[in-house]
Amino acid sequence: MKQDRNGGYGGVPRWIYVLAAAGGLFVVLPLAAMVVKVNWAHFIPLITSEASLQALGLSLRTSAASTVLCIVLGIPLALVLARGSFPGQRFLRSLVLLPLVLPPVVGGIALLYTFGRQGLLGRTLEVAGLQIAFSTTAVILAQTFVALPFLVVSLEGALRTAGNRYEAVAATLGAGPTTVLRRVTLPLVLPGLASGAVLSFARSLGEFGATLTFAGSLQGVTRTLPLEIYLQRETDADAAVALSLVLVAVAVAVVALAYRSPRAAQRAPAPSGARTTTAAAAGGAVR
Amino acid sequence: MTFSVQAAVAGRGFDVSLALGEAETVAVMGANGAGKSTLLNVIAGLLYPDSGTAELDGRTLFDLTAGRGRWTAPHRRGTALLAQEPLLFPHLSVLENVAFGPRSAGASKQAARETALRWLGEVEATELQSRRPAELSGGQAQRVAVARALAADPGLLLLDEPMAALDIQAAPLLRRLLKRVLAGRRAIIITHDVLDALMLADRVVILEDGRISEEGPTREVLQRPRSRFAAGLAGLNFVAGHITEHGLQAGGLNLYGHHDAAAPLPTGQPGVAVFPPSAVSVFPSEAHGSPRNSFAVTITDLEPRGDGIRVRAGEAGQLSADITPAASVDLGLAPGMQVYFVIKAGAVAIYPG
Repeated sequence: MKQDRNGGYGGVPRWIYVLAAAGGLFVVLPLAAMVVKVNWAHFIPLITSEASLQALGLSLRTSAASTVLCIVLGIPLALVLARGSFPGQRFLRSLVLLPLVLPPVVGGIALLYTFGRQGLLGRTLEVAGLQIAFSTTAVILAQTFVALPFLVVSLEGALRTAGNRYEAVAATLGAGPTTVLRRVTLPLVLPGLASGAVLSFARSLGEFGATLTFAGSLQGVTRTLPLEIYLQRETDADAAVALSLVLVAVAVAVVALAYRSPRAAQRAPAPSGARTTTAAAAGGAVR
Repeated sequence: MTFSVQAAVAGRGFDVSLALGEAETVAVMGANGAGKSTLLNVIAGLLYPDSGTAELDGRTLFDLTAGRGRWTAPHRRGTALLAQEPLLFPHLSVLENVAFGPRSAGASKQAARETALRWLGEVEATELQSRRPAELSGGQAQRVAVARALAADPGLLLLDEPMAALDIQAAPLLRRLLKRVLAGRRAIIITHDVLDALMLADRVVILEDGRISEEGPTREVLQRPRSRFAAGLAGLNFVAGHITEHGLQAGGLNLYGHHDAAAPLPTGQPGVAVFPPSAVSVFPSEAHGSPRNSFAVTITDLEPRGDGIRVRAGEAGQLSADITPAASVDLGLAPGMQVYFVIKAGAVAIYPG
């Protein structure tokens, strides 16, 4: 809008604004309806009950753990998909992205038949003394399963846009592949990696279906905030609304965090000759 | 202690072999798509050729002759590449950029810093050390990129049109800088500018369609070009044909000229005739007399050239004549018109092609 006022041609027909306003309302109105419903008198006691605090703490811990797991597994996947070249690459990409479109409950069932007692790896793991299903580990695995594609998609896009010209120069300067990855590639795509990690964290925080199917709902062990909200809704609607608001607040904070850093990067000065390359790199990072 | 490369890339019709002495700088020139960048990428290890071998100071860069498949990774070659764009790492300061090569080679932080400062001093950019690449002008960034490439202590420096992206003020400064740092250093520089070849290189190699069409000391190539591309660089008219007793025959054209050699040249051999556009006069009708060449041509283009006018004629404007604006007006020249190009035989140099 500001740019339009400064004389740039916007090129957006007016009626589009009407539809856009409808779209915005569609998202904001339900949130407002929920805020209206909040029982403010009992808000603090409701969200500080033992069950609520346990659920919130568990959610934050497991989401943080699954985000770390997403980073550890997602960076190599994104690199291989963006820069590698091998048969079946496109097939691998569609498989990795599958959890994006799969109903989470289906993911939960798949995980159950992999790590569950009767599962593919479950029996071997049980012999080794590891029982994963219906544990906190299962929560983390379920969250990682659904959140991983967010990090891979975000990072792969950043890697593709950045291109590999800086890497080629670094190699001719004597840097081996691991040094190039550590000192050139990852710093260049850091904004893309950060926004991917934040998205993964947010997706993990909201995970419900796969967690319930694969990890169950044990208070303090596997009952994350979304599960607690669902449970409370049946008995204590006020508590469910209050906890929902907490989740909304956390989500808003996360999204704000994710979209703040790229703008800061864009504001960096890029005078004269170096502009094209810097802008390209920053553009790739923002994505 | 030498460098040699012989490589073929079938998909690009590229087949080049080249050798450099210890402290020799070679300029590679040629039209776009002639294979100049392919050559540098093959040497740097960024492109895998179909066959060939390369060696630098006794080390094998690659050896893909039948049965063998030795390939040295780019970071172990010691062939630093300086591209048209500086490509400074945007997340590192100028000093960290220049220290990147020494650090990658295993130098300590302190030692890498000292090397970097020394090279920054060499390119007169010490005061820029703590800046980010985004805060540099194009010329400053390219100077830092030169320092970064040299700090890696390459056995062979590869420069891919380092001046092409610079504005007209920054280019001469960088050219002077390169002249200073390339002295006594082995380097290959791709350029479109004949001035770069004259100032920076000991030898020039002309690439045409993926092959070397001509090579030799820069001055010699420009004085006696044997390829159309080199003649174009030197601003000379160029006709290829067969040597005759009094000159050269090329298709229907018979040119009289002087054999530019100690002894008369054997007739029937392939040869070239070269003459400057300033030696060509334009007449509305055929002129005879004294040993002069006169032949009909159709004008394709007229363009300003210094204080005069360049008349291009013949197929694809291959021959040109420089005349005064007054003469052009008197003759009423226009593209499509038929005129006669007249050249004194003494101005046409003929030598083996």
